[in-house]
Amino acid sequence: MRPMRNMERRQVTEGKILLAHGSGGGLTHQLVREVFSKHLANPWLDAQEDAAVWQAPHACGRFALTTDSYVVQPLFFPGGDIGKLAVCGTVNDLAMVGAQALYLTAGFILEEGLPVDALERIVCSMAKTAEEAGVQVIAGDTKVVDHGSADQLFINTAGIGTVAPDVHISAGNAQPGDGILLSGPIGLHGMAIMCEREGLGFTWPLQSDCAPLNGLVCTMLAVDTHIHCLRDPTRGGLATTLCELATQSKIQMEIEESSIAIPAGVSAACEMLGLDPLYVANEGILVAIVPPELEASMLASMHAHPLGRNAALIGRVTSSDHARVVLHTTLGARRLLQVLAGEQLPRIC
Amino acid sequence: MRFVDEFREPAKVQRLLEAIWQRSTEAAQFMEFCGGHTHAILKFGLRQLLPSTISLLSGPGCPVCVTASSDLDLAITMACQSGVILTTFGDMMRVPGSHGSLQDARALGADVRMVYSTLDALAIARSYPDRPTVFLAVGFETTAPTVAAAVLQAQTERLNNFFILSLHKLTPPATRAILSAGEVLLTGIIGPGHVTTIIGTDAWKFLPDEFGIACAVAGFEPLDILHAIYALVDMVELGAPSVRNAYGRSVSAAGNHVAQQMMENVFRVAPAEWRGFGMLPNSGLALRSEYASFDAAQRFPITVPPAREPQGCRCGEILRGIITPLECPLFARACTPATPIGPCMVSGEGACAAYAQYGEASGD
Repeated sequence: MRPMRNMERRQVTEGKILLAHGSGGGLTHQLVREVFSKHLANPWLDAQEDAAVWQAPHACGRFALTTDSYVVQPLFFPGGDIGKLAVCGTVNDLAMVGAQALYLTAGFILEEGLPVDALERIVCSMAKTAEEAGVQVIAGDTKVVDHGSADQLFINTAGIGTVAPDVHISAGNAQPGDGILLSGPIGLHGMAIMCEREGLGFTWPLQSDCAPLNGLVCTMLAVDTHIHCLRDPTRGGLATTLCELATQSKIQMEIEESSIAIPAGVSAACEMLGLDPLYVANEGILVAIVPPELEASMLASMHAHPLGRNAALIGRVTSSDHARVVLHTTLGARRLLQVLAGEQLPRIC
Repeated sequence: MRFVDEFREPAKVQRLLEAIWQRSTEAAQFMEFCGGHTHAILKFGLRQLLPSTISLLSGPGCPVCVTASSDLDLAITMACQSGVILTTFGDMMRVPGSHGSLQDARALGADVRMVYSTLDALAIARSYPDRPTVFLAVGFETTAPTVAAAVLQAQTERLNNFFILSLHKLTPPATRAILSAGEVLLTGIIGPGHVTTIIGTDAWKFLPDEFGIACAVAGFEPLDILHAIYALVDMVELGAPSVRNAYGRSVSAAGNHVAQQMMENVFRVAPAEWRGFGMLPNSGLALRSEYASFDAAQRFPITVPPAREPQGCRCGEILRGIITPLECPLFARACTPATPIGPCMVSGEGACAAYAQYGEASGD
């Protein structure tokens, strides 16, 4: 076979990520300019320094810092994509300690051969989601690995935020008597991904609930800062999150199965695939544990926010004798919820 | 959701429970053959809602659980042969054999792939014409017709690199073995809904005729199961055991003729080794000689040394209904869903996995 001439090579590889895009040389600069800076532009990124330097807000209280990596497959799914997820996930992790996200960093690991178009769509989606969440991506990194060493694209984001002085939210703070609130219906993200992956075509396709929750948390904190616990039930689903909260707070909670909203499409897909919606991942809902006197006002504030319209009281912390979660089933039986063992659905976030 | 919600409706469940409470006076012990029933019973907490006269025992109806360790060792050895792609349903991946699981073999370099259906295995065979693709055929009468269909398809396409390792098992012989052993005293059997959809309720007539035991075939929703329990209680109270169909929307007396025919064409009845039971005559399915070219056991004539069972594991007794998972000293201590020792904790249909997943809440 004759060697491929340069011209032909260029035609074959046009629009694809090459190893050279991660070389730090001309192609890297071109990629940064034409994809990342184009969509995520701000003074810190535009300065192209090795690190972003910013002025801490006055009287900001404490800082919160978190990081997460995103390996979801497929990259694009109904209701979102890996870029939206990478922003929401980190913003939400900050929101769950009551922090308002300020800035994010984004690290990209790209597989050789990834279409640049796909990357641009993802970066564009990150920019849109960041704007919605009121944060900016102020530092970034790109690496390219050879074909087969990664699956298309992985993203890591880190986020920093500030926590107001009177906010003390922790998974260990639940107290007997507290009410357990759930902001919306469960199972949408995991089942949207699964249906897309398995090619299950429903008349009404399931949309991931992927959304930044900092606005909802902000609304709730405006009512009262004495929220005891917040957590977004991502991997492992609602059941695993409730078990984690019970363990960390060393309390028993009792949950009414009938008060948990499960969309019909989620139920149907779970039945077909033999999955339990209580263990399916979510990316746009939260569990809040609040003192009983705050339940009504907190619920009202959640109902007024687009992401909390279907918020409901799903149960109560009943004692500190056991660290466990008791589910009252719709048929009147009681059983214990356990944390998810193993992986119900791999690579959902 | 239609066809599901109406079979979970709390008011109807309540009415059926009241009828069971009223009808049941004699102590009765029923075995749910099927692992799917065990899971539904625990998931919906049905045992807590029944009168104390009724006790429920889990049976051997989990295909992964009853797969013998020696057969698993054979599959693992096969997976390690050069060039072989071994395809299997997900549950089989983690079941420990004598020296590790298929998952362990994969970590060491064997090409073991999880599939959702036999058609996926066929597709893999098509994509790799130079590599022998073995499908680990585990399952009862429900799965066997789909495997038969895959073999017929492979024959039509002249795929000469597709093989199956048939570990299929038949459910009536195992039920017969439990009753003949006399280790557990049963008054009735909740018949497996999916299996009976294929084989028909007539296949269970030997239960009342030969053993004087009632049988009610059930679906997998709370109302289905309670309907079957009511039928069993009614037969016990009448002293007139027979076979009743409490899953009429899926099951008939004669079963699914097309599926039976397909199984019959491709497989012959053969002896099979069951975990916990040993060798049972006429309880398995082997490929007929016309389809020998698809038989992985013939393509790879491997013998494995006698299998070692995991130490302290009592899955065998659990499968025979002699003990419940709670009576196994390893349960929830050394053996958990995250660190399973026996197959009944690994499989999604295993009794131990169901007990661990849906623990009943005692006290307050």
